[in-house]
Amino acid sequence: MSEKKRATPLLDELKKGPWPSFVREIEKSAETNAMARDTLGQVERSYEDKISHWKHGGLVGVMGYGGGIIGRYSDLPEEYPEVAAFHTYRVNQPSGWFYTSDILRTLCDIWERHGSGLTNMHGSTGDIIFLGSKTEELEPCFRDLTEHGFDLGGSGSDVRTPSACVGPARCEWACYDTLDACNDITHTYQDELHRPAFPYKFKFKFSGCPNDCVASIARSDMSVIGVWKDNIQIDQEKVREYAANGTDIEHEVCQMCPTQCMAWDGTKLTIDNANCVKCMHCINVMPKALRPGKERGATILIGAKAPIIGGALLATVFVPFLEMKPPYDDIKELAEAIWDFWGEYGKNRERVGEFIQRVGLGNFLEEIGLDPIPEMVAHPRTNPYIFFEDELEEEEDA
Amino acid sequence: MAVAERKTDIGPPDFHQFLAPIIKKNYGKWAYHEIPEPGVMVHVAESGDKLYTVRAGTPRLLSIVTIRAFADLADTYCDGYLRWTSRHNVEFLLTKKENIEPLKADLHKMGFPVGGTGNSISSIVHTQGWVHCHSSATDASGVVKSIMDELYPHFVNMDLPAKLRIAFACCLNMCGAVHCSDISVLGLHRKPPRIDHENLPKLCEIPTLVSSCPTGAIRPATWEGDPSVEVDESQCMFCGNCYTVCPAMQINNAETDGISIWVGGKVSNARHTPMFSKLVIPFIPNNPPRWPEVVEAVVNIVNVYAKHARKHERVGEWIERIGWPQFFKLTGIPFTKYHIDDFKHAGETYMRTTQLRH
Ligand code: SF4
Ligand code: SF4
Ligand code: SF4
Ligand code: SF4
Repeated sequence: MSEKKRATPLLDELKKGPWPSFVREIEKSAETNAMARDTLGQVERSYEDKISHWKHGGLVGVMGYGGGIIGRYSDLPEEYPEVAAFHTYRVNQPSGWFYTSDILRTLCDIWERHGSGLTNMHGSTGDIIFLGSKTEELEPCFRDLTEHGFDLGGSGSDVRTPSACVGPARCEWACYDTLDACNDITHTYQDELHRPAFPYKFKFKFSGCPNDCVASIARSDMSVIGVWKDNIQIDQEKVREYAANGTDIEHEVCQMCPTQCMAWDGTKLTIDNANCVKCMHCINVMPKALRPGKERGATILIGAKAPIIGGALLATVFVPFLEMKPPYDDIKELAEAIWDFWGEYGKNRERVGEFIQRVGLGNFLEEIGLDPIPEMVAHPRTNPYIFFEDELEEEEDA
Repeated sequence: MAVAERKTDIGPPDFHQFLAPIIKKNYGKWAYHEIPEPGVMVHVAESGDKLYTVRAGTPRLLSIVTIRAFADLADTYCDGYLRWTSRHNVEFLLTKKENIEPLKADLHKMGFPVGGTGNSISSIVHTQGWVHCHSSATDASGVVKSIMDELYPHFVNMDLPAKLRIAFACCLNMCGAVHCSDISVLGLHRKPPRIDHENLPKLCEIPTLVSSCPTGAIRPATWEGDPSVEVDESQCMFCGNCYTVCPAMQINNAETDGISIWVGGKVSNARHTPMFSKLVIPFIPNNPPRWPEVVEAVVNIVNVYAKHARKHERVGEWIERIGWPQFFKLTGIPFTKYHIDDFKHAGETYMRTTQLRH
């Protein structure tokens, strides 16, 4: 064990200033943990050299799982022996990132027994991240986790750990139970989550309304965004209260409505609900006066991703409105139909969104058994290169 | 002693067991919320019950020492109930209004700022950087810390035209919604991978490596009689994808790696449909430990936005109203040939919003 703390003059600069410091966090663990101490040393070294000193890990994991652990090694193992192997666990978070103090202490105790004592709360996909474990601790730590009710999340070409916004637990705008849907889907697809068998990763994200607090439209292969079908609920008394308290309803609300479907005559707010696109703006501005309608469900969009490999994509509408009731069979059927087709024909490291672009949205829909509808496109095609199928010739023969 | 049977595929613990009684009681029956002060929210249920949330920023990288301290605070002030947000903020869920001030005071003492609500800058969603990732073109935590030290007043106040979301990623893999944030800070490599021919056949499968390259720049080749690959450097766009598949394709480069800045993205469907972030500064060299040029560039963009945008306008909406030429003029950022896209852009005709008529 490296007994003495190495001097870290560069990282010390990052202990200054009002924002909480990650360096102080590493130092807190380094007081009792040698791995955290060597982390500090190696990161200081990166600050000197302006380069990462981690190596991409080969295959590491726990028995029977193909994902959930990211292998990581130091490229300076002689200097920082405690972090020579420094693997990451993705521990599947409870829906909505809710905890009790007791369960947090349980997690901390597990991580004290098996690793660096450093975490991310949370990783980008939503998992609890345990940062830095030696290879020989992987299996014991996994056992410790499962004995306390936790399991690993996804990594590699599998279902990645689904995540959900706070939803009905605290948000008045949740149009379905995001937490339950997330929990249900995660439990249904444990095999797909732990044993990579897809061309590439597949993410589910559940947002309760079009504010999309978990960025599902930008980041998930299947984006489930809550929405309503009927009229926005208006409390006219409260609208007048907002007006009296300084909200400029004409300019801040009516004129910023994307479809200009609202009118305010100084005493009454009217909404042409048939032209409301459920964007949430007016509700966000006047949460006491306006509420989503009562006929609630979700829009399902498919195929968002960051740029790697073929460029970034936002998700495409597949189902404009779906009732969201357990056991969520419609969503599961759709996901499984997509996996069947993409699983067979997708290329290695090709996300669903890219695959759809390659084969064409029309062909993709046909394969998964969904009818094309105008809600799926911003507008019909503008180019005349239409690949008509055999029906044309048959007509000519007839 | 009998060894317990090995459990697998048990999935995450059921969240219900971690919900406060007030949440269980009013689940799905919240009426409205207010933000009485920065970092504090009150959610009022149809039953009249009130739930107070105190939100504090964290550096995302947390020691178990700190997590235990949060657990102690939760025990003292809110019966042990807390959660995290999607942006790395910790939230304490209180039923007693009188506990808000002492909790805030304790958080302040511990060095965790209360804020990040409403029209503020919330915590920066970010990635691993030199603390833990192999392909990072820059550090993550250090740049984020340096930026947030300067933007701190916008976290603890709600003084912006709208909320402003910043994301950071240390390479093109963009763990995090960097491609759709008001301001995005993105690490970039600028040189093709250096091939370790000697070790390549031992470490990597050549067909997988060849197919990993999005531009087809990698081809099988022989090197001193052994199988290896070659890279057509004119086709390489430094995505680092090959390095993730094969450690013998070193993409990191201390001299040429650095940071780019993008603006105007959003994921929310409110008002304007979701938008991608667009490039405004193609490259700033790495300058650890505090990246002053990056910090200055971000602060400048925030300041110009705060001065010129209308109430409720996100960065991208503001720019769309005033136009990009005006944005470059107001910020003083030079426009170059690198700002002009030359990659494929298919599929823009698909509907990418929930804005539909039902
Ligand atoms: S996405 Fe909508 S329902 Fe979910 S937390 Fe955000 S505002 Fe609330
Ligand atoms: S939700 Fe959006 S589209 Fe509908 S009325 Fe309100 S501002 Fe207009
Ligand atoms: S953005 Fe890139 S370098 Fe950063 S953590 Fe993700 S994969 Fe690693
Ligand atoms: S960095 Fe990207 S573009 Fe360049 S060779 Fe590697 S995979 Fe191909």
